Amino acid sequence: MRLGVLFSGGKDSAFAAGRAMAKEEVACLITVRPSNPESYLFHTPNLHLTALQAEAAGLPVVSVSSAGVEEEEVADLSRAIVHAVEEHGIEGVVTGAIRSVYQATRVQRVCHSLGLWCFNPLWLRDEGEYLEELVSSGFRFLVSGVSAAPLGEEWLGREVDRAALGELTALARRHRMNPAGEGGEYESLVLDAPFFRKRIEIVRGSREFHGDRGIYRVTDARLVAK
Amino acid sequence: MILLQRGPIPSRGAPSPLDMRSHFVPPPPPWKLPAPAGPGILLVDLAYRPGSLSADEFIAPVERIVREEGHSTRIRHYTQIARKDLASAGGIILCGTALADREYLERMELFAWLTSFPRPVLGICAGMQVIARLFGGEVSPGAGIGMARQEVVAPDTLFTGRDRFDAYELHSLSVTPPPSFRVLATSPSGVQVIRHPARPVYGVLFHPEVRNEWLIRRFLALCGQAEALMEERD
Repeated sequence: MRLGVLFSGGKDSAFAAGRAMAKEEVACLITVRPSNPESYLFHTPNLHLTALQAEAAGLPVVSVSSAGVEEEEVADLSRAIVHAVEEHGIEGVVTGAIRSVYQATRVQRVCHSLGLWCFNPLWLRDEGEYLEELVSSGFRFLVSGVSAAPLGEEWLGREVDRAALGELTALARRHRMNPAGEGGEYESLVLDAPFFRKRIEIVRGSREFHGDRGIYRVTDARLVAK
Repeated sequence: MILLQRGPIPSRGAPSPLDMRSHFVPPPPPWKLPAPAGPGILLVDLAYRPGSLSADEFIAPVERIVREEGHSTRIRHYTQIARKDLASAGGIILCGTALADREYLERMELFAWLTSFPRPVLGICAGMQVIARLFGGEVSPGAGIGMARQEVVAPDTLFTGRDRFDAYELHSLSVTPPPSFRVLATSPSGVQVIRHPARPVYGVLFHPEVRNEWLIRRFLALCGQAEALMEERD
């Protein structure tokens, strides 16, 4: 079955892509770029890097823009998926949703209306177990956005290696935060994955932190040999 | 992740002197589950092929709940169920599959064993459709996708103390129950829960593994009771 992966460049969609590759054929990545940083449906920081990540994975990427307005985002998502069907002949869509019924409902409805399959290989996964597998199986990612009280500016741009994962998990337990960031507590950027032919090296990036939240903006990055 | 729902963001209180390393507590290993104490549960995979991408989504979450309740599990694709799988099962859960998947309805002869299986059965979504069709009901186009209010319309041990609740529906087909079955719950999209007139054979169209794990846990309690009854008879 030819599948398109809804891809933000973050850890969950990258992991879902890996699962899909193990079972089916991934024909393309699909990215929606919202102009509204408060998008209800889509991940926002560093979406310009999905093209570089797609190149690292040796996959084409279908990319569409969105105003990021609630509910209108669903129409934008549908438009992106239709492009992927037309350009790459996909028969189904894969997402990295873990617990959000809000997201799952909307993607499932779009796929149903288009007659496509929909797969959510991370659905209801135990977050602690998932993060362990993510780190131990060769995914490398950094924190690219924070918006929850215990995560301060020092987390921006920090790679989540095993030590950082331990700290993140402890913080999550103490502050009743979802350790995988499923509630939007943090966002991530994947630098390397088992299915990447090259890895991403960040040449330049900067932190922007205001009030309760911040992002790590990558302004220059390149592919290097693994 | 590709899709992020913005949840309520906790407000920042006064900075606390967090020495994160000194507070580090390793996460509990996921494999530390209680040793199986209850009867073994057979989880039937109804997806388009064994070991498909749907297993992560529709089998694994149910398996986790079953193991948390102290039961061992065995997973079999519906095309690969052997007599010994049925003989050793203290209960069976027919798990759901992807919305676009309908192959299981083309192979109804493979489910004939359900009509004589003597212990509790729970069919979730596609599993309910199989039960309904096998016992003389109908399955027809009728979608429900998203959270929906469920109304309990007939008393049953599965729903004690629950009159109404919200549940996650993910179906493109609806069910007309077999004439002899009891309808236990409905939602705006139609019949949601049915039960065999004499045996603990249930069909649930919504997905209880999403936000209604209590229903699966109550079903597992029935499996434990059935096991005890069998031991008494022996």
